[in-house]
Amino acid sequence: MSAPILELRNLSAGWGSAPAIREVSLTVERGEIVTIIGANGAGKSTTLMAISSILRPMSGQVLYEGADTASVAAEKLPAMGLCQVPEGRRIFPRLTVAENLDMGAYFRKDGDAVRHDMEHVFELFPRLRERRDQKGGTLSGGEQQMLAIGRALMGRPKLLLLDEPSLGLAPLIVEHIFAIIRRINEESDMTVLLVEQNANLALGLAHRGYVMETGRISMTDTAENLLQNPDIRRAYLGE
Amino acid sequence: MTPASKAMLTKIVVGAVWLFAVVWPMTGITPQGFEFGKAISIVGFAMAAVLAGLGLWKLRQKLDAAGFKPFTALANRCCGMPPWLWRGLLLAALLAFPFVSSRYGQDVAINVLVYVTLGLGLNIVVGLAGLLDLGYIAFYGVGAYTYALLSIHYQLSFWLALPLCAVMAAAAGVVIGYPTLRMRGDYLAIVTLGFGEILRIILNNWMQLTGGPNGLLGIKPAAVYLPDPENGWEFVRVLLKSPEAQYFLVLAIALFTVVSVRRLADSRIGRAWEAIREDETAAAIMGVNTFALKLLAYSLGAVFGGLAGAFFSAKMRFVSPGSFTFIESAMVLAMVVLGGMGSVPGIVLGALALIALPEVFRDFENYRMLVFGAAMALMMLFRPAGLIPAKRVGRRSEEAHS
Ligand SMILES: Nc1ncnc2c1ncn2[C@@H]1O[C@H](COP(=O)(O)OP(=O)(O)OP(=O)(O)O)[C@@H](O)[C@H]1O
Ligand SMILES: [Mg+2]
Repeated sequence: MSAPILELRNLSAGWGSAPAIREVSLTVERGEIVTIIGANGAGKSTTLMAISSILRPMSGQVLYEGADTASVAAEKLPAMGLCQVPEGRRIFPRLTVAENLDMGAYFRKDGDAVRHDMEHVFELFPRLRERRDQKGGTLSGGEQQMLAIGRALMGRPKLLLLDEPSLGLAPLIVEHIFAIIRRINEESDMTVLLVEQNANLALGLAHRGYVMETGRISMTDTAENLLQNPDIRRAYLGE
Repeated sequence: MTPASKAMLTKIVVGAVWLFAVVWPMTGITPQGFEFGKAISIVGFAMAAVLAGLGLWKLRQKLDAAGFKPFTALANRCCGMPPWLWRGLLLAALLAFPFVSSRYGQDVAINVLVYVTLGLGLNIVVGLAGLLDLGYIAFYGVGAYTYALLSIHYQLSFWLALPLCAVMAAAAGVVIGYPTLRMRGDYLAIVTLGFGEILRIILNNWMQLTGGPNGLLGIKPAAVYLPDPENGWEFVRVLLKSPEAQYFLVLAIALFTVVSVRRLADSRIGRAWEAIREDETAAAIMGVNTFALKLLAYSLGAVFGGLAGAFFSAKMRFVSPGSFTFIESAMVLAMVVLGGMGSVPGIVLGALALIALPEVFRDFENYRMLVFGAAMALMMLFRPAGLIPAKRVGRRSEEAHS
């Protein structure tokens, strides 16, 4: 069996001197959708930023496709197939929709294929096509989320990190976005690591899940089992 | 009264009161007692200017609404013209300028073009890459002293020295940028301010090389070979000493800068700079090597500062540290901000406004900086994105919703 696409080994990382996540270990196999759920401030976003090499491990390792990323600069990762949709979307507000998408393909030199991929993104999110020359900052929240996902897809990721795509969006739009995540996972065989506070939705979509509490992984199981776990239901599903 | 015009009225009243509070202590408190006339007249003039501007603006809106659109029609006609045509016309006007202008007008024009070059160079750093640089004039100084030293000690011609000045300025950009560009925002501004001052202090104290506060004398002007009609069209060496010649030289440098900066802004690199300006972390996540690109912005910006500096030193034939003070950095930055960050025509207009207008208002002399500061503040109230905002500067989502 080949190495998991992503493996964290006892990873500690943080923003100041104290680690915000401690000894986090997790694996993501190729083709899976894995979710990390947890309360505000649990350290989910910190984990993703460490995977993207924006934060450096204080101890432990990030293995991407079997190789330690400690010596890989953050800006090299998209070209290796690791792309992130950061929390709060973080699109470039004063660039147009098309320019934002272009930025997602910044490292790519295959112009024709990039144009083709942009068409594909427009097929997934037709609203973006209508607004292709509009400034990113003038889009609605849902459209910005579509743009953020589309922008990451422009890098043709093998592993897509998604940080709270449901944040602040109406249920209908969230459903639409989650359906598309499932579709790209199935059609393009793209592995997804999804961070969510909306545990119900996330566990409905994912194959497996990790629960994060105050910087540590407290539990891991298949999504179905987690959904049925009474502790999880009480803590994260509001029962 | 609509809420919008009410808000505008409040702005104007607040602006007038504020301006008065700034101007009065300096003009009104005299050993002989208090005096209000001068401050009132300055505020009056400023407000009249603002009101006139607003009036024109309103008039235009009214005319627009009435379907009478001379400006739009003109703009359409201009845009309808093939770009080469209006560019050609503009170029012709620029080339004809020294022949129809007085000596004084030529001097002002030369000054404006130097600052256009500086403004566009700084625009790469501030407008495109979004790095606040308060020490930009250091690169102007590096260019000026590089040409001065090469000319005095090695008799190097201006044309050979020019690329060397650019290289030296770029190298200075890397040397200053490498340790500082890891910082963000306010910290970067403070540190660049410090480096700008360090350079000036070095120039002041490195007596053997720079002559200290006395500066360097004996710099050669630039020279070209032109056929001489009186000498059987033989090529003779002509020194570019006359204001006309200097005008054409700096015009060439400024045009080169305009073209380069436009190309850079439209390139992949320009897009990456904008992404860094908008959100550095997001840019890194997209695969942009943020540090290398910031360093590139810094050193390319420096290149144009260096070119302008070389011209300055060839024109003055004398350099001293006094020309490279913080106030110059502030001036160039003000042009960029006033004109509209990232917009080439805006910066040209900003340079015009800040160099040519004070010449027009010579009377203000002593209050120049005051009027200047007040103009900046009022500008920020009425046109926060600059006189001619860059095209791609749209409204941020937060603004759009408010
Ligand atoms: N940019 C930052 N700078 C400094 N500290 C940060 C930063 N981002 C997060 N932190 C801190 O790291 C800790 C973990 O935060 P993190 O953002 O990883 O939580 P999270 O699980 O993503 O929460 P949420 O669900 O609210 O997004 C918190 O204590 C937070 O204050
Ligand atoms: Mg988070």
